[in-house]
Amino acid sequence: MTEKIRKTSSTPSEAPADEIDELAVGKNTHAENLKADLDQLLDDIDSILETNAEDFVNSYVQKGGE
Amino acid sequence: MQDFSRRIYGLENEYGIMCTLKGQRRLSPDEVARYLFRKVVTWGRSSNVFLPNGSRLYLDVGSHPEYATAECDSLLDVVAQDRAGEYILNDLRVAAEERLADEGIRGEIHIYKNNTDSAGNSYGCHENYLTSRTDDQTSLSDVVIPFLITRQIFSGAGKLLMTAKGPLFTIAQRAEHIWETASSATTRSRPIINTRDEPHADAEHYRRLHVIVGDSNMSEYATFLKIGSMACVLRMFENPEIDFRDLMLESPVRAIREISHDITCKKKVKLKNGKEMSALDIQRIYLDKAISYSERFGFTEEETRALQMWEHCVSTIEDDPLKLATEVDWVAKHRLLTNYSEKHHISLGDPRCHLIDLQYHDIDPARGIFYHLRNKGIMESLCSEEQILVATKSAPVTTRAHLRSQFITAAQLKKRDYTVDWVHLKINDQSQRTVLCKNPFKNADDRVQKLIDSL
Repeated sequence: MTEKIRKTSSTPSEAPADEIDELAVGKNTHAENLKADLDQLLDDIDSILETNAEDFVNSYVQKGGE
Repeated sequence: MQDFSRRIYGLENEYGIMCTLKGQRRLSPDEVARYLFRKVVTWGRSSNVFLPNGSRLYLDVGSHPEYATAECDSLLDVVAQDRAGEYILNDLRVAAEERLADEGIRGEIHIYKNNTDSAGNSYGCHENYLTSRTDDQTSLSDVVIPFLITRQIFSGAGKLLMTAKGPLFTIAQRAEHIWETASSATTRSRPIINTRDEPHADAEHYRRLHVIVGDSNMSEYATFLKIGSMACVLRMFENPEIDFRDLMLESPVRAIREISHDITCKKKVKLKNGKEMSALDIQRIYLDKAISYSERFGFTEEETRALQMWEHCVSTIEDDPLKLATEVDWVAKHRLLTNYSEKHHISLGDPRCHLIDLQYHDIDPARGIFYHLRNKGIMESLCSEEQILVATKSAPVTTRAHLRSQFITAAQLKKRDYTVDWVHLKINDQSQRTVLCKNPFKNADDRVQKLIDSL
């Protein structure tokens, strides 16, 4: 289920011409959607982050583990 | 010789914890741990329990909640059981925050699936592979250590490091914390392989290879590949017809850092034989060996899937490592930090970048950045939500964990006092009946059924 994105592009040379176009279009749309989603996340990210970044990060002190 | 076409895997994660109010620390890690484990202690009368899904959950050295998956004989099960651990801990977080609120303490609890804090302390992610007692441990180490040092190029979780020269984005969280190749130490001087000999199985036949060099992965793809590629290497090692090239590094401890500091993955490190190779070169050698092995002898279905993912990652890194942002944690984090810092015109040294570095690992689905990436489909997922939820309640049905799961579930239902560990199931009554389950592959056992029937 996860490999569908990549596997579509693995053997394009054997696919008929119209299929190649479809694959290429599908791939581009997917990439564009991902980019749009990432841009959206970057716009939203501050709302899920602490405003007091410096103190928050410095507060994160653990003891060593294992 | 055993047939390892089936192999037992397990994955352990130590989590970091914090309670803050408006960005300021509210409770110490010890106190947070107590709140988190209140629910566990109520359920199991101890802060060290085995859960109905066959896993072990306990409070480890340094107040780190540790979740060890049940024995799995499938890579996908390991991924699901590991993710289930995040869900289980998140449930504890929710309950603990409610209790804090009831007691009038304001604050929010964060649980991190990562391996370092801001003061340079480290805690681990440990992998377990069942191997044969007859394997020569020295040659096993020689074969797997160059592999384990270099696999960070696809399994690293990424870390923003402050150095004398300024902020540096590094590939692996654990790279700075590894001091030896193989030893029985853990906290004192962390090795790549821990040689403690506890197979949790018939010691006459089995060993448990305990790898402690890895990062905790958020990416399911990375978890699957990390364990799957190692499974391929072990499979080849176990075949007496296969010889490995000598790829031993001149200084493994230096090399692991040098590789972590190079996001091109192409800078050379020194080998013992005087040659120089990059992490990518070394991975390519192991990968090509596995590809030709696959043609000659074949791998299991899941190992074959891991081999394809491995090939995809190594080929993509040869082109451009930064193209793996949907599969690999360090690349995903690198892309986030690069885009964010450019958007806000800030340097990687800005506290907000460090905050993103940390929040990538928060297991609260609302606050954790990885969860947002996954839910938007920006990061690939291998398990459905349903599979993960099932894994929070049920053990893999194909291994010994299934017996443990059935026993715990039945004993809890009948409100009986019991004790379990990886190999024992025991009822704490006058008769003290105990069943020893030495074979981790065995998922059905009349003795266990009798024990359950007697409850």
